[in-house]
Amino acid sequence: MSVSHADNAPLVTWPNDGYDRIPYQIYTDPEVYRQELETIFYGDSWGFVALEAEVPNAGDFKSAWIGERPVIVTRAEDGSVNVIANRCAHRGVKFCHNDSGNAENFTCPYHQWMYDLKGNLLGVPFRRGIDGQGGMPKDFDRANHGLDKLQVHCENGAIFASFSETVEPFADFLGPEMLGYFNRVFDGRELSLLGYSRQLIPGNWKLMMENLKDPYHASLLHIFLITFGLFRADNQSSVAMDDTGRHACLISKRGEQKHTGKTRDMKRLWEDFNLQDSRILDPVPEFPGDATVVMQTLWPSLIIQQQSNTLAMRQIVPRGPGGHELRWTYFGYTDDDEEMTRRRLRQANLMGPAGLVSVDDSEVLKVSQDGIEPFEEAAAVAEMGGRETESQDHMVTEVGVRGFYKYYRQIMGL
Amino acid sequence: MASIELRLEIEDLYTAYAATLDNDDLDAWPDLFTEDCLYQVIPRDNFDRDLPLALIRCESRAMLRDRVTAVRETTMFEPRYVRHLISNIRVSPETDGVIEVQANYAVFETMTDAYTRVFNVGRYLDKLVREDGRLLFSEKRCVYDSVLVPNSIIYPI
Repeated sequence: MSVSHADNAPLVTWPNDGYDRIPYQIYTDPEVYRQELETIFYGDSWGFVALEAEVPNAGDFKSAWIGERPVIVTRAEDGSVNVIANRCAHRGVKFCHNDSGNAENFTCPYHQWMYDLKGNLLGVPFRRGIDGQGGMPKDFDRANHGLDKLQVHCENGAIFASFSETVEPFADFLGPEMLGYFNRVFDGRELSLLGYSRQLIPGNWKLMMENLKDPYHASLLHIFLITFGLFRADNQSSVAMDDTGRHACLISKRGEQKHTGKTRDMKRLWEDFNLQDSRILDPVPEFPGDATVVMQTLWPSLIIQQQSNTLAMRQIVPRGPGGHELRWTYFGYTDDDEEMTRRRLRQANLMGPAGLVSVDDSEVLKVSQDGIEPFEEAAAVAEMGGRETESQDHMVTEVGVRGFYKYYRQIMGL
Repeated sequence: MASIELRLEIEDLYTAYAATLDNDDLDAWPDLFTEDCLYQVIPRDNFDRDLPLALIRCESRAMLRDRVTAVRETTMFEPRYVRHLISNIRVSPETDGVIEVQANYAVFETMTDAYTRVFNVGRYLDKLVREDGRLLFSEKRCVYDSVLVPNSIIYPI
């Protein structure tokens, strides 16, 4: 079944006026995907690109992505953080091949156009020709041929960038409540980089965002979370969103490894499961308040993970309608002692492409896409916890998914 | 240079290692390690930059057994076969009872409805010790080149 686009017809016909139905077409249609890149990823949004700890010194750079566009995060000689497109202004070469490094400037290998760390064009070989032959026209002005320079915002050690010149300030983009949760982990302490992992998940990028806005599945799918009470529907918990619905937080407090009056439907809670070495579940409180887990999803494609003592940025890079890359950046704080660092590294066993919890999700997203693609005219149901989009103080709900699509429909004009 | 007997013994260990993973004999996999072993699966970019994060980090044989239990009992995943090819085994002279061994590996993955694909390629950086006459891994680091993992790592590398 394929959906054709007649002239002037809407790109997608939404099944109803609400947000509790999601047409499968938005997970499969190349035209929808193309418009998402333009409107969402290259439009008025902030995309996470790096931690400042990844570019601490002058000349340090780090490759990153916003949507499908490669960018480079640099630290210039004056200490400023810059984000520039990894595309030579001359003929379009993706000139930087390294994931990270230190450089005084960037030179495109093709015709050796050279740029400084802020993306200004420094020089063009043969600009004046040879013996009066060739060369650039007299009115060629280097100032007009620099690299694309993105808007940049640094928030307590996390670097965000935008292709849009009209994007609202970062604090307004998040709103006060979401900024508060953000600054719970990014509290101004200096961050230390622990490492990366990357995986290519054969599912539409929005399925991953939905997954982290849907606490309902966690109490059913993830035996590890359920059994050890790390994230479970009978725990004290809530789903918070900003006014637009585009950002959300799943907030919860750890419970016990036992059935309670509220766990009857959790067939996968395994009371007798004892780890032979329980050091991977040895959390210590380190943040203010009761919550032991806060998973924050920032529009359009960033997940900030604080599960016990594992901290990570999970950045989604869309790779066509049917897949996305998930890039994990794990971190701690420079004032962590050795035992805390070891604890973060051990608890990382739960997360990532081989994570005792996260694997359930990457596998489920693959079979979601497998089921969705051949049935493009059908729609998903998201009415657990009602059909509304207001924040809720429990996790038996898909309200975060509805909030996401409320904003999605608005910005995509669907 | 290591004796021919020692080389054959090491080759037998690697063959047995691959067999436990390839033939769904996972419960025997931890038996090839010492009790206080360290097993890690590390992306090459972390390794090259001395970043400590590993995708899998087991600090004891007991943690290896917990991994096996997770594969067997708790993880949701599509069925698949894996097959390990291990070669270019390089043996360093024994020092204080520890033999350092490096080897290249390739893991192929076959899902039930797809062609076999190259899943993970890299090198083993291992330490072997002798316990009760048997060679065992006291440390095994799987450093993989293909930084981008095709979806999920279910079975150990």
